[in-house]
This record gives sequence, C-alpha cells and structure tokens, in this order.
Amino acid sequence: MGRPSSTSMAMSRGLRRSLAGFTAVVLAIVYIPLLLVLVNSFNSDNTFGWPPPSLTLHWWKVAAESTGAREALFTSIQVALVATTIALVLGTLAAMGLRRTRFFGRNVVSLLIILPIALPGIVTGLAFQNGFRTIFGIQLSIWTIVIAHATFCIVTVFNNVQARFQRLGTNFEQASMDLGAGRWTTFRLVTFPMLRSALLAGGLLSFGLSFDEIVVTTFTSSPQDQTLPIWILQNLFRPNQAPIVNVVAAVLVLASAVPIYLAQRLSGSTAEGLTGAR
Amino acid sequence: MTVLDRRPGLRVGLLLTPPMLWLGVAYLGALAALLIASLWTQNDFTGHIERSWTLENFKTLFTVDVYRTITLRTIGIAALVTVVDALLAFPIALYMAKVASPRMQRILVISVLTPLWASYLVKAYAWRGMLSADGPIAWIAAPFGLHTPGYGLPGVIITLAYLWLPYMILPVYAGLERLPDSLFEASADLGAGAWTTLRRVVVPMAFPAIVAGSIFTFSLSMGDYIAVKIVGGTSQLLGNVVYDNQGAANNLPFAAAVATVPIVVMLAYLAAVRRTGALENL
Repeated sequence: MGRPSSTSMAMSRGLRRSLAGFTAVVLAIVYIPLLLVLVNSFNSDNTFGWPPPSLTLHWWKVAAESTGAREALFTSIQVALVATTIALVLGTLAAMGLRRTRFFGRNVVSLLIILPIALPGIVTGLAFQNGFRTIFGIQLSIWTIVIAHATFCIVTVFNNVQARFQRLGTNFEQASMDLGAGRWTTFRLVTFPMLRSALLAGGLLSFGLSFDEIVVTTFTSSPQDQTLPIWILQNLFRPNQAPIVNVVAAVLVLASAVPIYLAQRLSGSTAEGLTGAR
Repeated sequence: MTVLDRRPGLRVGLLLTPPMLWLGVAYLGALAALLIASLWTQNDFTGHIERSWTLENFKTLFTVDVYRTITLRTIGIAALVTVVDALLAFPIALYMAKVASPRMQRILVISVLTPLWASYLVKAYAWRGMLSADGPIAWIAAPFGLHTPGYGLPGVIITLAYLWLPYMILPVYAGLERLPDSLFEASADLGAGAWTTLRRVVVPMAFPAIVAGSIFTFSLSMGDYIAVKIVGGTSQLLGNVVYDNQGAANNLPFAAAVATVPIVVMLAYLAAVRRTGALENL
C-alpha cells in the first residue's frame, strides 16, 4: 500500500496543508454535536442550558430503569437480525445471479435492487403501508417492519458481495471444478469462504441500517411494536422524558464505535488475507 | 446438477427468482399500488377511501399554491444540501485518498464512519441542542452580537447537510482512491499546475463518484420529514405533507399523490446520471 511520494509532489505544500486544515476543521465540527449529547446526558439542568450548571449521574440511573427504552431496544435488535438474515440470502443470490451473465434485462434487475435506497424512505414506507393495509388487509406488526427493512437492506449485501466477486474473479472456482468438485462442493469450500468477510461486512451494514431506520418504520409499525428510534421520536418532545432520551442518545453514540471496531477487525484479518491470496 | 451446467440460463433464473420475487412482486407491487391509490379519492364527509378513478389529487397538488411552494422548496433544499455536501466532501476525500499517510487514511475512514453509525435521531436531536436559544451556538455567538439561526429552514439545511455528509465523503473517497497516481505525474509533466490538475483531471475523473454520493444526499433530503419536525420550526417539506395526510388527516390517496413527486424526481435524476456511470459507483 506504499504511496509514491510523487502524488504529493504534484500538489503544492500549500495545497496539501489547506486540505489537511480543512479536513481537521470539518471533522471537529462533525464531532461537536455528538460531544454535546454526551455532555448533556450529565447536565443537571433538565432543559439542557449551556454551559451546564453542574454535572450529575441522575439521568443515567433513571434511564437504566426505563422499561420502555429497554423493550424498544429489544424490538430493534430482533427486527434488525431477521431483516439482515433475509437480506443476506437475497442479496447474495442476486449478486451470484448477475455475476458472469449478460442477459436482456440485466440493467432492469440492477435498477430494481438499488431502487429501495434510491427512492426516499417516505415513498418506500408509504408504499408498503398502503400495500399491507389497503391492498392486502394485513395488520401492521413486527413482521411488516421486517419485510420493509429487508427490502432496502438487500442492496448493501448485494454491493459487498458483487465487489468481492469482481475483485477475486472466477479462477478459484474454475480450478475447483476442474479438480472434480461439484457445484455445491465448490460453493461450500471455495465460493463461500471467499465471500465470508464480504457477507459479514454487508450484514453489519445492513444491521446498522435497519437498527437506525425511522422513516420507513413509522409507516410500517403498529403502535404496539416500537423500535428504539420510534421510542426516541415519541419521547423527544416530552419534557419529563427528555433527560432519558439524552442518556439513550449518549449510549447510542458510544455504541456506534462497536460496529466500526468489528468492521476493522474483519477487514484486518480475513479481507487482507484474501487480497494477499490474489 | 449437470442440467445446470448445460443450461446457464436456468441457473441464473434459479438464483434470481427469490430476490426478484421479493423486489419485483412485493416492492414494485407496493409502488404500483401506491400509484393506483393516488388516483382514488377520500370522501370528505365519511373519511372513507373511494375507489373510483380521478385526477383530483394531482389537480390539487399542482394548482394549490401551498403545495407548489412546498414542492419547489423541497427540491431546492435537497439540491442545496447536495451542493454543500459535495463542496465539503471533496477536499476531505482528496486529502484522505491522495495526501494522508496510510495510517492516517485508516484513522480518517474510521472518523468519517463513526458518525454514520450514530443514530439519525441522535444527530438531528444534537442539532436541536446546538441551535437552541440557550445552546452552544448562541453562547459562542452572543459576545459578537450574533445569535443562533434557531429553528427554521437554515437549521434544516445545516442539519441535513450534517446528517448526509458521510454518504458523500465515502463514495468520493473510494473514487479518488482508484485514480492512479501516475495521472498526477503525467499532468504535472505536461506542465499543469496543481490547480489545473485538480480542475481538469481530478474533478472530471471523480465526477461519477460525486454523482453517486449525490443520489444519497438528494434522495434522503427529498423524503425527510423528521429533521424538519426537530429543527425546522413551522416549515414544511413534501415529507411532512405525506406524513400528515396519511396519519392525522387519514387522506391516503392524497398522501400517495404527493409521494409520486419524489418518485418522478428521483427516476428523472437516475435516468439523467445513468450515463456518468454513477450507478456502478454506489
């Protein structure tokens, strides 16, 4: 990964410094609001006046006892797990189907896969709500949320798997078949291990997308099935609940480091091992 | 299994059937049903949906001033947010891809990704705190005789640009990463200064990646109604009209008609950018 210094030479020192300075300033601004959330979760003033008059752990205690937040968290995890599983299967099948073949309608298929993220969430949400309720007469439930989430998660898995296929080519699988392995054996022993880290990355991304989704969820959930984002939204404007929302928000900011850590670990071991094999 | 070897079409068909059933039948079906519902109407007295064909909803949408204003405002804000994000993201992505050391590069990718994982609501809510009358911006601005923009359209633009910035940085970074370093050398050898190289080589080559990022920033802004509720004060975007009509007003046909606007705008946008190769950069 060594970078020849000539690239940097083509840019003047002044330009390189300005780029570095600009990057530093924008990233600092990106983190200030997130820090504000963390600090406010300890703010003793319950309207969150700035600067905080004093700091307290009180809201953290109250939040830890909030059953509403805990149940919503549990619902969110369930939805994200099931939606991710469906997306992993369908996204991988789609990437395998579009892999080597050129056929009429190929572009239509790729457009269909990206459409659920290319169209605003409000369109996807309303379309599903109308489909479930008005057309099929199905009651909204945790399953209608799952179906809607899985739909826009397919593309993240598809993208990761397709990128991996492009990078690795077909040599290994051809070698495997030449050596007498059947299609299923080749998939199990060659293709799948090749895809594993791409599937984990795609799955992680898809889990995060589903866990955080609010627009589509507001349209496809019933009042009984609250995901965490819905719970936050409903409590955001309630003065008594605001401190608890703040703590939940702070926890989510801190928890966002977990998937990053996992993704780094994954790409650090498996993915680089695979690129090395190329 | 040998049948599958002789008939590649059958194999592709078997692989594509489940995802296409899901997307083609469930998703496209739902979209088609939405378009059909937009041609229905709601009975003013009973509140029930009447399943008879009418263009009434679209007539209202195009002729009533409020809706025309909201439509133009939404498209304008989505375009502005996209431009702001592109201008902020390009220098950062260029620094990450072509100046920073490999170690620094990794740190920067993590720094850009982390806020992406922090929840949407948390970030919008953080800006509510930032913009509030006794928040940090007001606190910093006060000694200079300035004040916070408060809750309204400027707040919405700041918040949306903030929310979608990583969606622009990452594709542009990936696009610039792929640019061979030799291009910079070649351009310098041919006598171009740094600015000329940027303007005539780097920006045109990175354009598909910028367009790919813009699909996210534009589409996400077009449909947003929650950031507007949190930091927008009394302002309304198309998303709010859709949300209020399907919920409080229970006028699903009109909500469906309003929702066709982002569909048409996005499909036109996707068709326009198809030639840049941006869709392969998503």
